[in-house]
Amino acid sequence: MTVVDRPVEAHEDVPAAIPRSRSLADRLFQGLLSTSSGVVLAILLSTIVFLTVRGFSALRIGKLGLLTDPIWSPDSHHFGMGSLLIGSFAIALVAIVIAVPVSVCLALMINEYSPKRLRPWLVSTVDLLATIPSIVYGFWGLELVSNLQAGPAEWIVAHFSFIPIFRTPTPGSYVDSVFACGLICSLTIIPIVTSITREVMALAPRDVTEAALGLGGTRWGMVTDVLLPFSRNGILGATLLGFGRGLGETMIVVLVLSQGNHVTAAIMGPNGLGSVAKEITENFEAGDALAKSALVLAGLVLFASTLVVNSIARVIVERSEAKV
Amino acid sequence: MTVLESPTGTAPPAPPTGKDVPTRKQSFTPAAAFEMVGSLVAAAATVWVIFALAGVKAPFGMGVSIFLLFLCIYGVLCWRLHGVLHMKDRLALVTIWSVSLAALVPLVSVILFVIIKGAPVALADFPHFFYADMSQLSPTGSVTEVGVGAAIVGTVEQVGIAMVLAVPLGILCATFLVESRSVYSRFVGNVVDAMTGAPAIIFGLFVYLTWVAPHKTNGKSGFAAALALAVMMLPIVTRTSQEVISIVPGSLREAAAALGAPRWRILVRVVLPTARIGLATAVILGVARIAGETAPILFNAGGNNHYNWNPFKGQQDNLPLRVYELIFQPSASAIRLAWGASFVLVLLVLIIFVIGRFIGASGPGKRRLTFIRRSGGSTDDGV
Repeated sequence: MTVVDRPVEAHEDVPAAIPRSRSLADRLFQGLLSTSSGVVLAILLSTIVFLTVRGFSALRIGKLGLLTDPIWSPDSHHFGMGSLLIGSFAIALVAIVIAVPVSVCLALMINEYSPKRLRPWLVSTVDLLATIPSIVYGFWGLELVSNLQAGPAEWIVAHFSFIPIFRTPTPGSYVDSVFACGLICSLTIIPIVTSITREVMALAPRDVTEAALGLGGTRWGMVTDVLLPFSRNGILGATLLGFGRGLGETMIVVLVLSQGNHVTAAIMGPNGLGSVAKEITENFEAGDALAKSALVLAGLVLFASTLVVNSIARVIVERSEAKV
Repeated sequence: MTVLESPTGTAPPAPPTGKDVPTRKQSFTPAAAFEMVGSLVAAAATVWVIFALAGVKAPFGMGVSIFLLFLCIYGVLCWRLHGVLHMKDRLALVTIWSVSLAALVPLVSVILFVIIKGAPVALADFPHFFYADMSQLSPTGSVTEVGVGAAIVGTVEQVGIAMVLAVPLGILCATFLVESRSVYSRFVGNVVDAMTGAPAIIFGLFVYLTWVAPHKTNGKSGFAAALALAVMMLPIVTRTSQEVISIVPGSLREAAAALGAPRWRILVRVVLPTARIGLATAVILGVARIAGETAPILFNAGGNNHYNWNPFKGQQDNLPLRVYELIFQPSASAIRLAWGASFVLVLLVLIIFVIGRFIGASGPGKRRLTFIRRSGGSTDDGV
């Protein structure tokens, strides 16, 4: 940029306008930046557009049967996606129902209750746990958790079968149920929900929390009357982000869930709901053209659901920041 | 906010002494510990007697029953001794600690389990497991005959290519998003945001349909896997870099502008260097996350029992893929090998993670992420 010498009229006291002449290098650089953003946008949008186009060809062939057929069985040409989609949602729901209360407790423990010296270690541990690959969680869950939870699951089915989700039409093995999957998925979600919740809680104004304590309130009183109301939106957003993560969880479901293919309300016991991610992983390559497009469509619906859930989550979280 | 009434049974406030020191409320006195331990013992004894009389053997159910009964006994005790507010406070304290510890135990046990099960396999014949390939794999063979060398090569090459493709593009796009405040840039930002939380399998599917399937027989390669990883990594790197670049103090830019620097020099010489450590952390933590992904490479890398150094030609192995394939083999030695491969995978991810944190914890440009710009449910980068 060159310093411009421009005559300033003496009688008017207005700032001199800065010339907006841009050098060639500047324009080239700006061009580079916008081009790269265009490329990123093109790549991401083409993912969405391409899958939509491929998925809709299945919709044209399969018509409404894709949504109303209660059975998913490509071998006998039943392409009811209901079981897969409900299964994916059920797993994410189980995971989030377990993960959110635990994460809020964990966040409160780290931020408010733990000794100050321990805090950086606890934070690092939680962050580290979020980095562990989900196939390792899945493998560990398959070897350890799914067996450990089978006993209690059987007990719940035996005593609470008056609740529809705990009823199972075909009692048998409990190690590979939707519930087992959700339980293991919750362990991958806990670190994420915890770290978001923790950061939201850390944003609560310190003077208000200290005032609450200074007025003689108990620590729990401070938590319920200041901290939780303040971070309510952030926790809700974290919940939705965790739910989106649970929806997209692939490897755990592939490893743990049994082969299910029909619509049912039961989440425990064998032979129940399927899962989109599992079905794509296991049967996509071998499937015929119709099965492939049906799977792409199922994947697309899952994808669209996570996009919607994540966008809502982001709006909620952004609103919560506006209060800061 | 409800204010505590003076709890019964506490000493009157200490008379003012000469010194003006704040009195610190001792939160956990021996008496409180005694109440807690007493309640726990009472609950454990009661439940044990009941379970023994009923002849039920259920360790999990027993644990839950003891905990619930303990909460009841302790609650009543605190309520009678200290009043309702103290009861709530104590119960909350106990619940939060118990739930947190109960959550940390399985989470930490993942790491311990991988070490206990995997280290003996991976370190049995020390460097052998790290450089041998899987060509000697057989259901009856010893675990010391094979190794994950080919898989390590594949993972490193694929993640490296993905990095080369995604990181410069992501950082440039992030710079654009920070610098420009138009409707278009907000749209790009929203798309990037939404994509950070997309299911990993979608990216694998996308690359399979657009790259592997049209190539017929030789479509599966390390490069195809790298493409899927790059598409997945792109929104993550863009989001976290945008975060890092946007916290570069405005005063620095303004100072550079006031000195007459053109915009591109402000960015290249002031903004990006200031953010470089944060950017490095963002990239490395993104890599740590990508390196462990199985779903995007499942259809695309193909897997290979032998070494294949060329990512552009022929199928290639990959660590997570190798774990996945070993788990589904019906022999006990394959499961042991899967633990060994998991151990190597976790070790790799851990090393990357520690490097990222180490860089992030040093020097200027140290970043402090706020939750809101943390990319959607899927970035696992810390603060």
